[in-house]
Amino acid sequence: MQELGSFLEVLISGLLAGVLYSLVALGFVLIFKASGVFNFAQGAMVLLAGLALVRCLDFLVARGMPFWAAVALGMIFAAAVMAICAFMVERYVLGPLVNQNALTMFMATIGATFVIEGVAQMIFGSDVYPLRLFPTDAWIAGEGVFPGGILINKLDVWGGVIAGLLVVALALFFQHTKTGRALRAVADDHAAAQSVGIPIAWIWFVVWLVAGLVALVAAAIWGTKLGVQFSITFLALKALPVLIIGGFTSVPGAIVGGLIVGAGEKLAEVYLGPFIGGGIEYWFAYVLALAVLMVRPQGLYGEKIIERI
Amino acid sequence: MLYRETGQYKTSYAADSVIFPIRQDRIGVMIVLAIAFVFMPLMMAFKIPPFRNDYILLAILLPFLILSLAAIGANILIGYCGQISLGSGAFMAIGAYMAYKFGTGISEIGLPPLPIVVSILLGGFSAAFVGILFGLPSLRIKGLYLAVATLAAQFFFDWVFLRVKWFTNYAPSGSVSAPELKFFGYLVSTPIEKYLVALIFVTIFALIAKNLVRGNIGRQWMAIRDMDIAAELMGIRPLVAKLTAFAVSSFIIGVAGALWAFLRLGTWEPLAFDINRSLELLFMVIIGGLGSILGSFLGAAFILILPILLIVVPAEIGLPITTETVSHLQFIIFGAMICFLLIKEPLGFARLWQIGKEKLRMWPFPY
Repeated sequence: MQELGSFLEVLISGLLAGVLYSLVALGFVLIFKASGVFNFAQGAMVLLAGLALVRCLDFLVARGMPFWAAVALGMIFAAAVMAICAFMVERYVLGPLVNQNALTMFMATIGATFVIEGVAQMIFGSDVYPLRLFPTDAWIAGEGVFPGGILINKLDVWGGVIAGLLVVALALFFQHTKTGRALRAVADDHAAAQSVGIPIAWIWFVVWLVAGLVALVAAAIWGTKLGVQFSITFLALKALPVLIIGGFTSVPGAIVGGLIVGAGEKLAEVYLGPFIGGGIEYWFAYVLALAVLMVRPQGLYGEKIIERI
Repeated sequence: MLYRETGQYKTSYAADSVIFPIRQDRIGVMIVLAIAFVFMPLMMAFKIPPFRNDYILLAILLPFLILSLAAIGANILIGYCGQISLGSGAFMAIGAYMAYKFGTGISEIGLPPLPIVVSILLGGFSAAFVGILFGLPSLRIKGLYLAVATLAAQFFFDWVFLRVKWFTNYAPSGSVSAPELKFFGYLVSTPIEKYLVALIFVTIFALIAKNLVRGNIGRQWMAIRDMDIAAELMGIRPLVAKLTAFAVSSFIIGVAGALWAFLRLGTWEPLAFDINRSLELLFMVIIGGLGSILGSFLGAAFILILPILLIVVPAEIGLPITTETVSHLQFIIFGAMICFLLIKEPLGFARLWQIGKEKLRMWPFPY
């Protein structure tokens, strides 16, 4: 039972960490679906959102504002920053590059990454800023079943709940609002969508804004866990294997992929790590993604790739 | 007026298929080579400005040459064969560490320390071997999916060279130093000598690469890049074409990695070849021009000189800004330049060069 208990503990902490990868991957998927752009800047957007939130929060709390009001205002401020960011990216980077090939777009988002990282740190500072939005203490479950119970971090549970709510909200937005349906039309076919009167520039702005808000949620949770700092941008790279496993165009794929990567790398680190040297968390996700690619090139939930000449 | 090929007749197939068919181009290349091989070393030897100290040599010219070589390798894979790779840094690392292992001898199999040129080439071959292994997925996946797959190579080898002590000869600090740089019995130690060694390597490999890409195999790569299914229907074997591209590209990148470690760094850690190096090489290829050997040089020069200018210029004008702000500004300007270039000229500097030549040909008439 002890064995099973520790296995479950690792599994659950891995799954809940995977939720955070899913959140970042979700931003990628939204943008890729609606514009075919592989957005390397998602990590930088998480950093920008996190810095805007934590700095505004600190500023307001230091001025004697109650915490809940400061959080609300900070969220609004960060959302506004993400809106500006989305507008600038659409207007000055991607707008002029319409109809270029995917590689050029991808490179442009790498360029945008540098700009966003530079601007964010120049305006909001480049230290490590602790963020306290959610409880971070542990919580012991199943004491009656396993000796000693299973340690679960409350923050991870919060992350899971919020990610779930976010997915439901996105699903509703895509299914039941006018803009959401326009987004799906653009995702299917740019030219056809444009010909029935859907404004592409506006749609792209909305998509980047939604991705920015997802980044804000991710930043709030990551930031509480590790403090808002530059290394958040590297965590975003972990979202790439998540995408591969789930498929580039699938929202449920991003969630399931994140869970697989999170649980897989924690289990591998604990059970495989001691045999081949520690720190395999660093590359495990990528090699897992490579293995998935060999078997199922389009990912678990991706659309089947059909090629024509 | 000067740049016009009027009156240059070709009377044999050999004359028609030379590398530089226009006489002015040949003269231009000769002049560049003469400057690089004779004029520059002389200026350095007599310390004529701007070579008053070794700064320009060690901080600009040597890195420029070696990174150009790596960019040529990356361009073969990305620009000519159309396989996006984010793992170039890993192949540089493999070249560097395997060259180090061969250069210091592998005691497990009783291999004595090999001569330095042989070790560098063997480092390249090791990288080529791994390149073929990581190229295998490219037969099933393409485009951005492949880019993520090559990231696997990058992170995996970062970890390998950090954790597997065999590669570093069990050095406690994890960093290794290059063996004695003896080229054919001649000890290379001064910056000028290092520069010349790098120059010789780059010239030879640029020549080989240029000839490969305009020959049979290069045309196969380009056919695969433009449309792989159509190429396959025309009788090009994707397996052979893609894997040779991976092999040649990784070989050149591996050699560049070995040179970077031995000549430029001297003592290095796995961090010298991380993901940022891969991104840097990708930038060089895209900004210089996809599918252009000349573009690799131009891209390397741009990516290398821009950050230096961004440090030097504010210091010269005397702007009172902190080092932290400088590094952030550097990020912003670098990113903005990349976006700007991509928007204005998606085909890179090589395309601008081509346009310039066309204009020169017509001059003084507009068309």
